[in-house]
Amino acid sequence: MSNKIVLGLVLGGVLGILDGLTAWFTPAVRAGIVGIVFGSTFKGLIAGVLIGVFARKVHSLALGILFGLAVGAFLAWIIAFMQHGYYFQIMLPGAMVGLIVGYATQKYGASSQLQRA
Amino acid sequence: MKFLPDQVVARLQTEMQTPDLSGTRYRALELLGHGGMGTVWLAQDSILQRPVALKVLAAENSSADLAARLMQEAMVLARLEHPGIVPVHDAGTLADGRTFYCMKHVEGQTLDLYARKLPLRERLRLFQRIAEPLAFAHSRGIIHRDLKPANVMVGPFGEVLIMDWGLAKIMPVVASSATGQAPQHAIETDELSSSATKAPAHEFTRAAQDSLSSEALAPENTTAHGTVLGTPGYMAPEQKRGEVNLIDQRTDIFAMGSILQSLLQEPSGSPEGESYSRPLRAICAKAMSAEMSARYASVQELAADVGRYLDGLPVSAYRENIFERTARLVSRNRVAVVLVLAYLFMRLLFILFSRR
Repeated sequence: MSNKIVLGLVLGGVLGILDGLTAWFTPAVRAGIVGIVFGSTFKGLIAGVLIGVFARKVHSLALGILFGLAVGAFLAWIIAFMQHGYYFQIMLPGAMVGLIVGYATQKYGASSQLQRA
Repeated sequence: MKFLPDQVVARLQTEMQTPDLSGTRYRALELLGHGGMGTVWLAQDSILQRPVALKVLAAENSSADLAARLMQEAMVLARLEHPGIVPVHDAGTLADGRTFYCMKHVEGQTLDLYARKLPLRERLRLFQRIAEPLAFAHSRGIIHRDLKPANVMVGPFGEVLIMDWGLAKIMPVVASSATGQAPQHAIETDELSSSATKAPAHEFTRAAQDSLSSEALAPENTTAHGTVLGTPGYMAPEQKRGEVNLIDQRTDIFAMGSILQSLLQEPSGSPEGESYSRPLRAICAKAMSAEMSARYASVQELAADVGRYLDGLPVSAYRENIFERTARLVSRNRVAVVLVLAYLFMRLLFILFSRR
C-alpha cells in the first residue's frame, strides 16, 4: 500500500494521460493532441494531490468518492470553460477519473501512521 | 424374583450420582451431563450468588488415580488464563470423598449447533477465534487432544470457549534460542504432582463417554504408549495408533482441520458454493495430512491461512493457476474493476459517437 497522496498523484497522472490521449479519436481536436494531453495530465495530477490530501484527512469511502467526483468535475469544468465548449465530453470523463482516484485513495492508500509503523 | 421398575432404578442412579455438597458453598441444581469419569452439575454458589458448573468424579470411579487426574485437569485449566478457556474457581474433595472442581458455568451452544445458522464466512471467522485460545495453550505447552465441535462452546455474545481439557497433554516448552535458556516446562509438572498426586504427571487422560478408549485409562497418570484416547473422526493418525510420544501441537492441528471440514459442510448438504472452493479444501487437507511434517507447524499458521482466504489473498496451502488468480483479484477488487470498466465503456461510447 502506498501513501495516499502518492497514490492519488500517480493514479491521477496516469488516468490524465489516458484521458488526454483519447482526444486522438475526435478528429476535430486531433491537431491539438499534445496540448490536450499535457493539460489533462496536469489536471489529473492536481486532482490526484487534492484527493490524496483529502483521503489522508478524512477516512470515509463515501466522502472520498464524493470529493473525488466534485474535484474531477470542477477541474474539468475549468478546462471546458477555457475551451468554450465540449462540456459534456470533458466533464463526464474528468468527474469519472476523480471518482476512481477518490475510491482508490480511500481503499488502497496507506495512512501515514501505518507507513510510519 | 421381582425387579425394580426402570423409573425407580433411574431415580436411584441419579441419587447415587448426586454429589454430597454439604459443608461447601455450593448447592446442586441440575445435572448438565456425564462422561466416563464423572458428572457435571449446575450449582449455585451461595456466597457469590452465581451459577457455577461443578465437575464431580463419578461415585464408581472414585479411585485415588482418577481423583488425581481430575484435580490435575483443574490445575491445567487454572494455569490457562485466557478468555477462550473456561476458568476454574475452586477445587477440592467433597464430604462423600469425591473429588470435584468448580468452573464458570458457560451458557451457550456447542459449535456444531451454533454454526448451523451462520453463513460460511461467519463460520470461518468463528474458526479463527477457536484458534486463539488453542494457540495460547500450545504456547504454554498444553495439547488438548480431544478437540471437536462438541468441545467448543459459543456463548450468547459470540465468545468462544474451548472445553473439556481432560485429555490434555503437557509438552516441554523449548526456550527461545535467542535467550539461550535451557528447555523448561511451561507448567511445572512436579509442582502439579506434589500438590495433587503422588505420581509424576505429564499427561492427563479422560475416558469420556463419547470418546474412544481402547484402554480406558492407563494405570498411571502418564498415558502409556499404545493408549488410544480421543474422538474418532477428529483423531490424528498418530493418536489413533496410540503413538503417545509423537503427539504434539500438530495433533491438535489435525483436529482443527477436521473441525474446519465440518464447518464447511453446508446445512443443506448441497455440494456447491464457496464451501467447496479449492483453497479451503486445500487448507483442510494440509491441516489433516497423515504426515505430521506436512501439516501446519502451528495453529496460528492455520488460522492465518483461513484469514488470508477471507481477505481474498492467496493461501499457502494452495497454488492457484493464472485463471484462479485473476478471478480472485477481480473478486477482491470488484468495485475498482467495475469503475474502470465503466470508464472505458464511457470512453468507447464517446469514440463511437465522435466518428459519426
